[in-house]
Amino acid sequence: MSWETVIGLEIHAQLATRSKIFSGASTAYGAEPNTQACAVDLGYPGVLPVLNAEAVRLAVRFGLAIGASISERSVFARKNYFYPDLPKGYQISQYELPIVVGGSIRIGLDDGGEKHVAVTRAHLEEDAGKSVHENFDGESGIDLNRAGTPLLEIVSEPELSSAVEAVAYMRTVHQLVRYLGICDGNMQEGSFRCDANVSIRQVGDEQLGTRTELKNLNSFRFIERAINYEIERQIDVIEDGGEVVQETRLYDSDRHETRPMRSKEDANDYRYFPDPDLLPVVLDSNYIETQRAALPELPEARQQRFVQSFGLSRKDAAVLTGSRETADYYEGLVEYLKGEHKLAANWVNGELAAALNRDSTGISEARVTPKLLAGLLQRIVDGTISGKIAKEVFEAIWQGEGEADDIIESRGLRQISDSGELETIIDQVLANNPSQVEQYRGGAHKVLGFLVGQVMKATGGKANPGQVNELLRTKL
Amino acid sequence: MQRSTIAELSRQLRGGSVTSRALVERYLAAIEALDGSINAFITVCGEQALAAADAADELLQSGQAGPLTGVPLAHKDIFCTTDAPTTCGSRMLEGYVSPFDATAVERLRAAGAVLVGKTNMDEFAMGSSTETSYFGPTGNPWDLNRSPGGSSGGSAAAVAAGMIPAGTGTDTGGSIRQPAALAGVTGFKPTYGRVSRYGMVAFASSLDQAGTLTLTAEDAAILMEAMAGFDPRDSTCADLPVPAYTDALNTSLAGKRIGVPKEFFDAGLDSDNEQCVREAIAVFEEQGATVVEVSLPNLHLSVPAYYIVAPAECSSNLSRFDGVRFGHRHEEVTDLESFYKLTRKEGFGPEVKRRIITGAYVLSAGYYDAYYLKAQQVRQLISEDFKRCFAEVDLLAGPTTPTPAFLLGEKMDDPVQMYLNDIYTIGVNLAGLPGISVPCGLVRGLPVGLQLIGPQFGESAVLNCAHIYQQQTQWHDLVPAISASGSDGDSR
Repeated sequence: MSWETVIGLEIHAQLATRSKIFSGASTAYGAEPNTQACAVDLGYPGVLPVLNAEAVRLAVRFGLAIGASISERSVFARKNYFYPDLPKGYQISQYELPIVVGGSIRIGLDDGGEKHVAVTRAHLEEDAGKSVHENFDGESGIDLNRAGTPLLEIVSEPELSSAVEAVAYMRTVHQLVRYLGICDGNMQEGSFRCDANVSIRQVGDEQLGTRTELKNLNSFRFIERAINYEIERQIDVIEDGGEVVQETRLYDSDRHETRPMRSKEDANDYRYFPDPDLLPVVLDSNYIETQRAALPELPEARQQRFVQSFGLSRKDAAVLTGSRETADYYEGLVEYLKGEHKLAANWVNGELAAALNRDSTGISEARVTPKLLAGLLQRIVDGTISGKIAKEVFEAIWQGEGEADDIIESRGLRQISDSGELETIIDQVLANNPSQVEQYRGGAHKVLGFLVGQVMKATGGKANPGQVNELLRTKL
Repeated sequence: MQRSTIAELSRQLRGGSVTSRALVERYLAAIEALDGSINAFITVCGEQALAAADAADELLQSGQAGPLTGVPLAHKDIFCTTDAPTTCGSRMLEGYVSPFDATAVERLRAAGAVLVGKTNMDEFAMGSSTETSYFGPTGNPWDLNRSPGGSSGGSAAAVAAGMIPAGTGTDTGGSIRQPAALAGVTGFKPTYGRVSRYGMVAFASSLDQAGTLTLTAEDAAILMEAMAGFDPRDSTCADLPVPAYTDALNTSLAGKRIGVPKEFFDAGLDSDNEQCVREAIAVFEEQGATVVEVSLPNLHLSVPAYYIVAPAECSSNLSRFDGVRFGHRHEEVTDLESFYKLTRKEGFGPEVKRRIITGAYVLSAGYYDAYYLKAQQVRQLISEDFKRCFAEVDLLAGPTTPTPAFLLGEKMDDPVQMYLNDIYTIGVNLAGLPGISVPCGLVRGLPVGLQLIGPQFGESAVLNCAHIYQQQTQWHDLVPAISASGSDGDSR
């Protein structure tokens, strides 16, 4: 039998507001447990939620960026269920009238093609706290710092047909929310995570198969592995004559398996109803247009522009526009380096990326700023140093030793291009290596490389290799 | 000792003929003498009250006092206070002290009022008799075998008996006006959104509104000027200026149009009660108002609609009482489910459970449209009925309750009978309107109330009309059998 997979994703993006969605408590990550939860977050008797306007603004930005319609009136609803890390016994979310409706995300496919994935909706909601089960001697601890953190839940249509596509979609959304500055995208801290609805059906079937919902997917690798595991599991179940049970399954990354959390039978009836403590969110077209005008250039458009204006390959442009910070860095760099777009791209994607990666530094915090890097690359362009020496200088700038010119000067790295000086060195090398000279003159031109190497060695790499080649040939 | 209004006490305090300390001592003595039999207070905070009184006396001496400086006050035990427990009449919150003051409390404190105690109430404000309180029922000072109504029965009884000059209350379906009527005091519920709900333990969020229980409409106006107004902590609180209610109290009623909804005079209304209300309405005509009959055709749907909307909201609002962070907790359990079940089983009384179950039912999948959504539509119809009336008239007048005070225990086994006691008050909550109940007569020796209802944010007109009525009548001066002035029949 031939199976096809149907996947829909629910992405939870934590919105980058300073305070919580319904209270003034801080959203900063990593504080001591329960130090960033005020009476409102704790659901104390008598408290009331007040909507954070910034969370609304960030949600609207997302909606506009994916071509969705922004609801002029959206309504917060209560999702009722009991859990110790849910302080009020309900989560404030949006149900019938979400703030963002429709829109789509374009993803690139492995075969070079692309696919538009429809977004059903994106709605605002508050996060719950965390239950901590380790170190409590069989009991559970509750940390409510996260309670009330604003989330945008982005729900896709079930239009993804493989784990690879799901990851591509997730990556594209991840890139977009960071471009928009609405989410820091930090997956380790849970700022960006997703649940996946997975089902399979026989190729050609119109009807969707029974789906399972996979929870706890907090890295791109886990998403792919969990979905692939689940697809295999469902195929096995059906091919063994069984039926897939509609249930929520937890992905265990240590054991690489999904296992049931709760079945449809014990699924909660959430008893949604409009939250009477909050007024409907009413947005006029003025507000929406102001937000639209404030949108930054989006990744796709920027990539396109990099190809067209800078003459970069699609691949280079894609890497450079992978994050808004990288693209900003690159554009800052080429401001100083007119016409040297390819060289700039090679250095940003090569040496700089490697150094950032090695030291786990973000590009915005890089010690080699666009200006410093430009100063260095300028010296390659004008022939002062070779590309190889430039790497040494780059490392010195990275270590904080100053600007390229100072380092080149103080370390004496300037390329020797005075032919008089070079000729003296070359004469010396030829005198020291008579047998190689003999060989060359006998027709073994391969030894030229050896002789060039000797000259480079004698100059400490500072000679211009082209010039050395030329001079050697003439003398031989 | 006689019962005194805030207006009188304020004059005396600022005139220097009495100190706040002396007043607080006097009211503490009255509570000491009477509350053993009435049970209007859950908490009496004597020491703090005396300390606050001393601070008020200093202010009074420095000449910086406002109209409420040094005036003793009680809060219904639904308002969060940092210096006294807030139990909401429930075992669930026995001994619970809030980390913050309710906005209404904060504002009255800032205005100089001295908190003397927290008053008894139906558990989580669910009830019409103050009998569902975990801390025992409150007796009606007119007849201790009878209920003072509810849920703000503690404040109503305390004011009636002269144990406090005024108290706060909350009104979700009549919980200020009905006890005011049954205990013979003045109970004022402003427009929904006029007083912040922040720090008021929520029962039904779209209906709850804070208000006052006082001896006079003038006192209600004085308290309202301190309590009312926008609060950024409550999204449903109206961002509108608060008029000077006391300035408008003596405006003439000449030319005013008062509507009498015919549905208020149905078969359920006690005929003696009706007589009192009709006589009261005649007073307005004497004052130059025109009285016309109007109709609220959907009013009969208000009780069923209310008993869907209010329980639905309460079922969700009370979910936070889970034993995890505060309140009652069943300690010896091994699993989460029994922890919840036992905590909530022990913490809540039967009426609260009944409403939580009702509320969860009407919100559940497959029933939501048939109940909750339909009730919201009915609510809309009722609001429109009122709106139509207010296109024609300035105020509506009618009875507050169908009967005078009922016996304790009389309706406890019949929730529907209990619910029907709020038949004239509930519609006002569903429409979010301001309403007042003022004493308008005695029926078989028990007080009955006249209800006045205004359009949205029409508090001034309601208080004005009630004040004029009280200038013309003495019903609000009648003192119950059990009171601080003893049984000698003195007025006030």
